Amino acid sequence: MNDTAIPTRPNSFANQPDERGHFGQFGGRYVSETLMPLILDLEREYRAAKQDPAFHEQFEDLLEHYVGRPSPLYYAERLTEELRKDAPAGKGAQVWFKRDELNHTGAHKINNCIGQILLAIRMGKTRIIAETGAGQHGVATATVCARFGLPCVIYMGATDVERQQPNVFRMKLLGAEVVPVKAGAATLKDAMNEALRDWVANVHDTFYIIGTAAGPHPYPELVRDFQSAIGREARAQMLDRVGRLPDICVAAIGGGSNAIGLFHPFLDDKDVALLGVEAAGYGLDKEHAASLAGGAPGILHGNKTYLLQDEDGQITEGHSISAGLDYPGIGPEHAWLRDIGRVEYTSATDRDALDAFQLLCRTEGIIPALEPSHAIAAVVKRAMDMDADQIVLANLCGRGDKDIFTVAKALGVDI
Amino acid sequence: MSRFEDTFAKPRPALVCFITAGDGDTAANLDALVEGGADVIELGMPFTDPMADGPAIQLANLRALGAGTRTADVLAIARDFRARHPDIPLVLMGYANPMVRRGADWFAREAKAAGVDGVICVDIPPEEDDSLGTALRAEGLAPIRLATPTSDAKRLPAILDGAGGFLYYVSVAGITGLQQAAQASIDDAVARLKAATDLPVCVGFGVRTPEQAGEIARVADGVVVGSALVDLVAKHGHDAPTHIRELTAALADAVHAARETV
Repeated sequence: MNDTAIPTRPNSFANQPDERGHFGQFGGRYVSETLMPLILDLEREYRAAKQDPAFHEQFEDLLEHYVGRPSPLYYAERLTEELRKDAPAGKGAQVWFKRDELNHTGAHKINNCIGQILLAIRMGKTRIIAETGAGQHGVATATVCARFGLPCVIYMGATDVERQQPNVFRMKLLGAEVVPVKAGAATLKDAMNEALRDWVANVHDTFYIIGTAAGPHPYPELVRDFQSAIGREARAQMLDRVGRLPDICVAAIGGGSNAIGLFHPFLDDKDVALLGVEAAGYGLDKEHAASLAGGAPGILHGNKTYLLQDEDGQITEGHSISAGLDYPGIGPEHAWLRDIGRVEYTSATDRDALDAFQLLCRTEGIIPALEPSHAIAAVVKRAMDMDADQIVLANLCGRGDKDIFTVAKALGVDI
Repeated sequence: MSRFEDTFAKPRPALVCFITAGDGDTAANLDALVEGGADVIELGMPFTDPMADGPAIQLANLRALGAGTRTADVLAIARDFRARHPDIPLVLMGYANPMVRRGADWFAREAKAAGVDGVICVDIPPEEDDSLGTALRAEGLAPIRLATPTSDAKRLPAILDGAGGFLYYVSVAGITGLQQAAQASIDDAVARLKAATDLPVCVGFGVRTPEQAGEIARVADGVVVGSALVDLVAKHGHDAPTHIRELTAALADAVHAARETV
């Protein structure tokens, strides 16, 4: 939240979006007329909050004492050693993790929810809605609603309700109402449609806490700003611990909030490579959720971005073993960063992610969520080709407790 | 004069009817609307993610897509309608992505060639007009804008700038086909909008019965009915035209006579 940490120069990559909320050709405000006045209000309120030291103070205080930030920066020594066994001599970069899975609620999602609920309260809204895929954003939203005493309705695809039962129960324990959405494939995109329908009917009192760096302007910007705590901390911690910046930062991407949170403070560090990892599902030639690799620019859920779609513009269903990555779009800033070439994007399959999941469990005693397991899969490949004195920094954006049933099933284990 | 101008030049209010393209026997359903007395047709372009629509039109979208309806089919339905009905204004209504997929210029050109008069795009507000509006105006198509209960006086000029055809007043903050607005709030809103524009003002969302339509037509230039008609397609399938004609006739009678009974 502290803008002084990011130098904004005329040619900075960190200056986006423009005043209309566009990142190059992407982003924007593609919402129905009913929502437009509210979106404009939100933007005004966010601009005011950004200038308000009291808002920053409250946000930072909650991040420190409620969320548990700063999260540790951790050198994964045994994972590094394991990779070096298969690497050519002198190869095998050091792998470091930003431990956002240690946050309260177990993922990075809470950073954004703290920021947005403070905005909601500032705007005098008395009811909160949210969509959720894996349930991490739903849990984080339910958590901040409990913390601030606001009623909360979470829309969740019926398919996701089935495969993420522990998180559904958590949300209910926290006092949220969980509404299963049966439309479409009954996953994240359908939950988002239903949340938008609720919002348009309740604009007078309801704040929509969007969980990723997507949706109509100013959401991609404000979610990025709240999540940039990840990258700002990591950058400072790296300089403090090893006296230099990493050679490459790696993060998994569904909508892309943890990735943009890690990348944004590094955008103007030209010697730091950035790598986003999409979900390749069963493979890029089969069903997957990699919007950049397999999609085309289009308009959905309030923004223009890369979307999985057919030649008529009908949205196609994504697939990933990770419910959190199972979305046919991506945040508009990623679409822009890809087109201008500042960030490289790759993908990892369900199988790659499962292998990486198990590797991290065994080598580091950390059970990662399936989302960052995609990032770890890419780290494993990339680190092998890098020199041993180079540094890879990956965001461990969530812990895997929620995924143990999915993983057990994929490994053919009955629990 | 354009078809819109001809239609709204008449002293009586207009009945505007919506159905989804590719849902049931669309050509027969459209003919039934015209025979029943509809003055303007809104042809819905099906989309996988109709996030501004209630259950009735959501399901119509799914049925149409499930039946294999493509953008080319929607345009063919429009073209055939125009051949059968040279004078009835025809509006394509839907969401941005299917409209811009092959480029806004392509869409505007094809819609024009099919005999379409105007386009309503739910999720392109005035702020993003250059994504579609510019291309529509270049082809002489009317970009029909929406005003809502949340559109205050400050916002109206932006909504009206570049608008054409008629102004569509969405009478409830919500999704299609569910609750109906209080008549007093509609009266106030229509008076406010008519003071701000020379465009005809049509009112829709939640209008299901001839009684509601007649009440609204006392003040508005047109009344839009959608979900109630779409429900008939869902219920009666290929027998829908008879039922559509019947409901449309009752709606048309109420709307056309609304000013006479004042």
